[in-house]
Amino acid sequence: MNTVKVVVKNVPDYGASREKNDLGYLTFDLKTDLSNLFNWNVKQLFLYLTAEYITPANELNQVVLWDKIILRGENALLDFKNMNIKYYFWDDGNGLKGHNNVTLTLSWNIIPNAGLLPNIQAIGQHSFKFPTEYTQTRV
Amino acid sequence: MLDSVFDDVKRMNKRQFIYQVLSFGMIVSSALMIWKGLMVVTGSESPIVVVLSGSMEPAFHRGDLLFLTNYPEEPVRVGEIVVFKVEGRDIPIVHRVLKLHEKNNGTVKFLTKGDNNSVDDRGLYAQGQLWLTKKDVVGRARGFLPYVGMVTIYMNEYPKFKFAVLACLAVYVLVHRE
Repeated sequence: MNTVKVVVKNVPDYGASREKNDLGYLTFDLKTDLSNLFNWNVKQLFLYLTAEYITPANELNQVVLWDKIILRGENALLDFKNMNIKYYFWDDGNGLKGHNNVTLTLSWNIIPNAGLLPNIQAIGQHSFKFPTEYTQTRV
Repeated sequence: MLDSVFDDVKRMNKRQFIYQVLSFGMIVSSALMIWKGLMVVTGSESPIVVVLSGSMEPAFHRGDLLFLTNYPEEPVRVGEIVVFKVEGRDIPIVHRVLKLHEKNNGTVKFLTKGDNNSVDDRGLYAQGQLWLTKKDVVGRARGFLPYVGMVTIYMNEYPKFKFAVLACLAVYVLVHRE
């Protein structure tokens, strides 16, 4: 099986955009071995890291923070340290400041040569808190 | 060869000819029935789509075939590949859900992005539209078959090819006798 470890290192956060929304920022460690997912009918894995959380405004928020395409034959043994997120972590409103339970999960979408397109969630997840104050520094 | 074909037609009497026309009509209508049946089973207004652009490469290339479902009870989630329509564009777009916000009353809004595009799809949406909702979705990609859709792309790009294929099929069905 694949074990996934996700650790959040640093989480400053500030509001911006035309309407002020909370913007989160974080870096993460990720270590996983997905090589046993590949067989003759797996052309590509689409790997994505999702932040999932609940706010007063929305009962479910899902934001993809990072993704990666792994083609068959490429290295599927991943060990990232202190990775930056790839996409902006905008909340729909101002629900991130002081949020104490944001869950990070790793999932993948298998693209076959021909056949079904399943989306699978990895075992293991990581929860973290946002600071209670907006940061003034640039990230 | 052609002579013998016309010979065949000439030798048929009226009754036989009408019979062949009817069986041709039956083939056309059963094809339509299969399509309509798929629409009912999958809940999608267009259960099979052909990928027309390279924005999802290397997963999907131009000419690949996708099978869609669109069950209302199945929620849209991040990472899924959805096919959606944008106001003012005829051609539906096949892209992946990047972020999603669901309210307590069940209304969902989400943002999509093509795997091969460097930015999200807000530039593709209608003027002023920031999010997609459920009613924009044609279906969710469930199955994948490569290259097969190239035939329909050729047919659309070269109408002569389409008419040639259709004419061949029609002649074959009308003339063919078991």
